[in-house]
Order: sequence, then C-alpha cells, then structure tokens
Amino acid sequence: MDTTPLANGRNLLEVRGLTKVFGTLKACDQVDLTIAKGEIHALLGENGAGKSTLVKMLFGSLEPNAGEIAWNGQPVRITSPGVAKKLGIGMVFQHFSLFEALTAAENIALSLADDTPISTIAAKARALSYSYGLPLDPDSLVGDLSVGERQRIEIIRCLLQTPDLIILDEPTSVLTPQEADKLFETLERLRAEGKSILYISHRLDEVRRLCDSATIMRHGKVVGHCNPRVETPSSLARMMVGTEVKNAERTTASVRGEELLSICGMSRKPAGPFSMPLKNIWLSVAGGEVIGIAGVAGNGQGELFEAISGEALQESADAVRIRGKSAGRMGISARRLLGAAFVPEERLGHGAAPRLRLSDNLLLSRHSTDGKAFVGTGGMVKSGAIQKAAQRIIEVMDVRKSAPDPEAAALSGGNLQKFIIGRELDRNPSVMVVNQPTWGVDAGAAARIRQALIELARNGSAVLVISQDLDELFEISDAIAVMHNGELSKPIPIAEATLERIGLLMGGAEPGHLDPAKEVA
Amino acid sequence: MFEDILITIATAATPLLIAAVGEVVVERSGVLNLGVEGMMVMGAVTGFGVALTTGSPWLGVVAAIIVGMLFSLLFGFLTLTLVTNQVATGLALTLLGLGLSGMLGEGFVGLPGIKMSYLHIPYLTDVPYIGRLFFGQDPLFYVSILLTAGVAWFLFRSRAGLTLRSIGDNHTSAHALGIKVIGIRYLAVMFGGACAGLAGAYLSLIYTPQWIENMTAGRGWIALALVVFASWRPWRVLAGAYLFGAVSIGQLHAQALGVGVPSQLLSSLPYLATVVVLVLISRNRRLTMVNTPASLGRPFVPDR
Repeated sequence: MDTTPLANGRNLLEVRGLTKVFGTLKACDQVDLTIAKGEIHALLGENGAGKSTLVKMLFGSLEPNAGEIAWNGQPVRITSPGVAKKLGIGMVFQHFSLFEALTAAENIALSLADDTPISTIAAKARALSYSYGLPLDPDSLVGDLSVGERQRIEIIRCLLQTPDLIILDEPTSVLTPQEADKLFETLERLRAEGKSILYISHRLDEVRRLCDSATIMRHGKVVGHCNPRVETPSSLARMMVGTEVKNAERTTASVRGEELLSICGMSRKPAGPFSMPLKNIWLSVAGGEVIGIAGVAGNGQGELFEAISGEALQESADAVRIRGKSAGRMGISARRLLGAAFVPEERLGHGAAPRLRLSDNLLLSRHSTDGKAFVGTGGMVKSGAIQKAAQRIIEVMDVRKSAPDPEAAALSGGNLQKFIIGRELDRNPSVMVVNQPTWGVDAGAAARIRQALIELARNGSAVLVISQDLDELFEISDAIAVMHNGELSKPIPIAEATLERIGLLMGGAEPGHLDPAKEVA
Repeated sequence: MFEDILITIATAATPLLIAAVGEVVVERSGVLNLGVEGMMVMGAVTGFGVALTTGSPWLGVVAAIIVGMLFSLLFGFLTLTLVTNQVATGLALTLLGLGLSGMLGEGFVGLPGIKMSYLHIPYLTDVPYIGRLFFGQDPLFYVSILLTAGVAWFLFRSRAGLTLRSIGDNHTSAHALGIKVIGIRYLAVMFGGACAGLAGAYLSLIYTPQWIENMTAGRGWIALALVVFASWRPWRVLAGAYLFGAVSIGQLHAQALGVGVPSQLLSSLPYLATVVVLVLISRNRRLTMVNTPASLGRPFVPDR
C-alpha cells in the first residue's frame, strides 16, 4: 500500500513536514508528499482538508511555516509563483486566474516566454487548442466565456509552458465527458514523456482510471497512501471522509403534481457577441419532480438560467410562468415573491457578495421575500432575526467555517455553496432553479446538496437543475433534457435515459425537439 | 486668424494631454493616483526655477520631469509598499504639492520667466494657413503627440503593455502567473509622475512663462477627468484634451465678446462631459469591462 519510494534520483518532488498555520487553524500539518518522475499522483481529500493550501505552497503562492521541499533531490525555497515556474512547476487553478478584460490569446500570451511575438499568438493558440482537443476561439474575451471554456484556457495555458510537474486542481469539473477524455489522453501522453502530474479531483472513478498513486488528506494531515487502481470508489471515499459516503437516496417520484414552472416558447437574442441565443424553448416542471438539464458548457445554459431567474426579462410575459402566473416581464424579486428560488452558477460575486458576511448575504437575497421577518418598521434591519436564520442554515447544511459569521470569500467553495443552497431551501420555495449545484464541491458536501434537492422535490416543489455533471443528473433527476446550441431537447424520463443517448444529444446529434418515442427504436 | 485659434487650442490642450496620457498608464496598471495636480504644480515651479537660474528652458523641463517622478515615487512608496489608501494618499499629494510649490516659488513671483522658443523650419513654417500649425509650434506640442502615439502602441501592441493591462485587470491572477505586480506598478506610477511634471513645466515655460501660485488651476483634475472621459484609451484622451482645450479657449472668446453664458457653466463643462460619458459607458457592461481597469484603486497585498 505504501508507495512512498526511497529517496532516490527518481523522485521529482519530495515534501517533508510541510506546515501552514492560519491563526489557530493548522491548514497543513506535517504533510509529506513524494512525486516520482513520470507518474500521475492523485491528491484526495474533502473540502477544507488542506489540499489547496498544500498546492499553493508548492506553487509559491503561500509560504510554509515549517517543512522542506526538495526538487530533483535539491532543497529549494519556492518564494513566489515566478520561482515555481522557473523550476518547472505549472498549475491549473480551481478558482480561475484569468483576466476577464483580455482575450483568450492575450491570456495565453501572458504565461509564455517573453520573446514570443504577440501577433502570432492567436493562430498558435487556436492550433494548439485543437490539437489538445479543447477548441477555443482565441479572439473571444474571457469575460464572455463560460466556466468550461475558461477552464480550457487555463489548461492550455499551463500545458504551453511545458512544465515538468503539472498541478491540476479539479480540472474536469466543468468539462464534458468527451473533453475530459481528451484531457486524460493529453495527460497520459505527458506521463509517457516523463512529466509528472499532481491531480486533485473529487471524481474518484477518474482518479482510479488515471492515477498511479494517491495521497489522501483529512483535516490538514496525510492519512494514507494507496494505489487507486486496486481501490474501489467507496473505499477511497471512506479514506477521504473517514466514514462511509452514501449516494443520495431517490425514491421514485410520487404522482406528478401540478405544473409549477413552465417555459413556453422562450427565445432570446444573444446578449453579447459571444453568448448563445435561446431558440424556442419549451419546458414544464411539476411539483414533486426534479428535471435535469445537461449540456456542454456554453450551449445556452447560463442564458437560460438568467431568463428563468429574471436577470434577463422576456419579451412576452407568458414565456415564463411560475405557479401559473405569467412572470416573463417580472424582475428577480417579483419572481421570488411568487415562490421561486434561484442559485446561480458563480458562487462568489453572483451567488454571494464576497466581502460581506454570511448574515449580510442572507439579507441581500431575502430582504424582499422575507421582508416581515428580517426588516422591521421604517426599514430597520432586524439583525437578531437574521443572525438566527443564518445560524439555522449553517446548522442544517453543516457549513464549516473559521469564524462565527465570516465573510463569504473566507469560506471554501463547497461550504459557501452549502450555505447558498441552504439559504434558498430555508424559504421552502415551491420552485427551485439551480445552475451547477455541486461544481468544485467535495463528495460529502455534494451528496448533502443533492439529497436536499431531492427532498425538496419530494415535499412537493418543482426543482430544475442545470449541470454539466452527468453522474449528478442521473443520480437526482426524474427526467433529463439536453441543451445544445441554444435549443432544448424534450426531457427524457430517467428510466429511458442512457449515458450514450444523453451524450449524443449533447454533441448535437439530434438537435431540436426530438420525439423520445421514435428515438427509442 | 483661424490658424491662431487652432494654435491657442493646441496650447491649452497640450498640458492636459501630457498629464492625462501619463495617468492612463498609471490607471491601466490598477493604481489611482489623484495627486496629478500636486505633481503638476511641483513640475511647474521646478521648471520655472531651474530655467531661470540656468538660463536653459530644457534643463527646466528635465528638472520638472525628475521632480514629478520623485513626487510620484513618494506616492508609490506609500500606496504600494506601505499599502495606504490610494485616494487619501493622492489627495494628500495634491495638497502637499500645492503648499510646497507655493513656499518654494515665493521668490519667483513676479519675475519674468524664460519662454521656450517655438519651432521654425524655413519655408515649411511659412506655408500660409497651416505652416505654423504643423511646423511652428512649441517643441513640447510634438512631444505630446509622440507621447500619445507611443503610449497607445505600448498599451495595445507591445507585450509589456499587455502585462501592464493584465495587472490592472486582476492583480491576483497576475501575481499567480509570476508577474512582478508591485515593481511594474512602481514604474507605471513613476511614468505618470514624469508626465505630470512635464505638463507642469509646459505651463510655466510655454503657456504663461512666469510663476504664479497654484498656477495649475485645476488642470490636474481635468486631466484625471479626461482619463475617465476617454475610457482609458490614449487617442481618445487626445480627442478629449482638444475638446476641453477648445471649450476653455471658446469660453475666453465668449467672455470677450460678452456672450451671456456664465463662465462658471463653461468651466464646469469638462466635468459635466465626464459625468455624461461615465453614464454612457456604464450603460454597456461589456464596454466597461473591456476598458475599465478592474482592480483600479484596489490595494495589492500578496497572500503569504
């Protein structure tokens, strides 16, 4: 089981006793890690286990309090990302490090050698992105791109630096299965060339398929090493969490309730030069059911979410109906007042204001729907009631935090997502629309979020989940519809849905509104 | 007559242009230096004093540039190294510059200054109607045009300019890529200081060759407004500077002719125009995103 090799020339990176302390929290406690040349090494652990802190120290963004790092057998001090890059360490970040106001090509150019002529970069980036199977338009502005497309830029940018050690933090969470396959091929090619890869992922089957060895962290400590190929997903999960992780339990939907959310012939012009138009979308979600929307990143899911949530108004009031009322011309608060709740894709900056405390974020999203509970006479804020509600959400969703009422940005991604979902669930909405509910969220937190969504539906609410994680959609949906090129297929009941069938629709094999009955044959 | 008016407009516009183009570089790197007025007035007093004592206006210009840079270096040290609030520090810089220049220039008040000579190319300058406009202006006029072209090329065509814009967009990401955020911001701030100093020297060596306390008279603030008006783009700064130059010259003519427009209204036009432009560009989220340095004014402390 113990794959730690002896300290010989084969090891690219050796870390001994690395420790990082934030205040009283030991984010990394005496961490040892050894990465051999030409191996793909997995780093596993729940959110808050210290994985990100560890790789940030390896990449020079954080300074360790104690411990040593040896690179090719030589002790080194990695004082800045520049030093890490010079050594030959490249990193793909989980939270993007892209420049929104610059084009994809300019973003890539910034991480290349200084003497690369700027005028040639667009063509080069286009060619390289296709050869890696991650196509992108080098002239598009990053600010206009979806998370999946941004992830492609991050990966390509890192690979172009030809590092010896590539750190990938959750690289596949926003890629399609096909894109992920392409990435794995690339990674395997790199391994054959003798490069090493440190691979952080919550997707245990990926880790089992790709990685040669794994280090597992829990609460800042290394709790084990293993060969993931001989483990099962549940044995890996047990090591990560310390206890058994349960899949969300899904009872079959009871009788289909009345229709609570309906979208009737919604169309939308593209909002920006790079965004997707919506083309004649029909969808109906009844109480008691969970409908999933699958699709490759950037096929109009974001635009659809904006149109349903009221961030973008429709031309016709009947395009969106919430609990039977025409809501197409209503803003977000008006739609919320009809009993709907919305959780957008971006947690920080969209779902929550990063520098505000959790209780303030709660007030921000619910001051109109829960005006009586949170706002008193004369517009005075009832801080006691808000604190209590925030505390209730934190307890129900098991949000882990370092201060009583921290700023949203201080929470890890998974914990903030639990809070944001919990904030909406706390209202008991009759219609819930969620975009990417568990992106970059660890297994334990994701299971909890999925279970909560299913329970909400079983209690009679209509739940619409937009996700690029097919496993998730298969786990929780009663029917799955696929978005491609701004069009939405008819929902396929889960009993008839197969990965292959959904995959074909995602690739645009049968655009528009296919008839499931004919398709089955 | 028409040529004369155009030349006076150019003379009014040039100091605004020089200071604003410098500030474009500073703000594109994500630093908001509100001390332009202070650096400008220091440049004006230094340029005047050095030219007077040495007899050479060019030495005055060089000295003004150096003093502008030193002043901006003080700003840089406070805001970049000690991470003080940029707005407060910039305002303090302006107040310091106005006070210090008044003290240093006390002995210069009322003395006749040295005026920089205008360009004269035989035949070309003597071409009727356009000769003096194109070939007979002060040397700094040409410098200002070259400066604008140079900064435009630097920002949008050169790699170093791309690096600078990336820092202004997201300094955390830039740091993660190994770009030296603080070092580059120091350089940008010093470039802005040099430009402000030069613009100040223009006032005391060309515009009105003498020293008067507070002789910048708010031009530093107009330059700051121009940067926003031009949505951080050098050629638009040039257009804006000439527009504002024309307005201020027109205002003088209007007063001379006794036109019934209150002068206060005319002198507030640059600011009103800036407000209108801000409203217009903020209507389009994408335009704002592309042109506004997203980390403008935000302090950068690397996460250690």
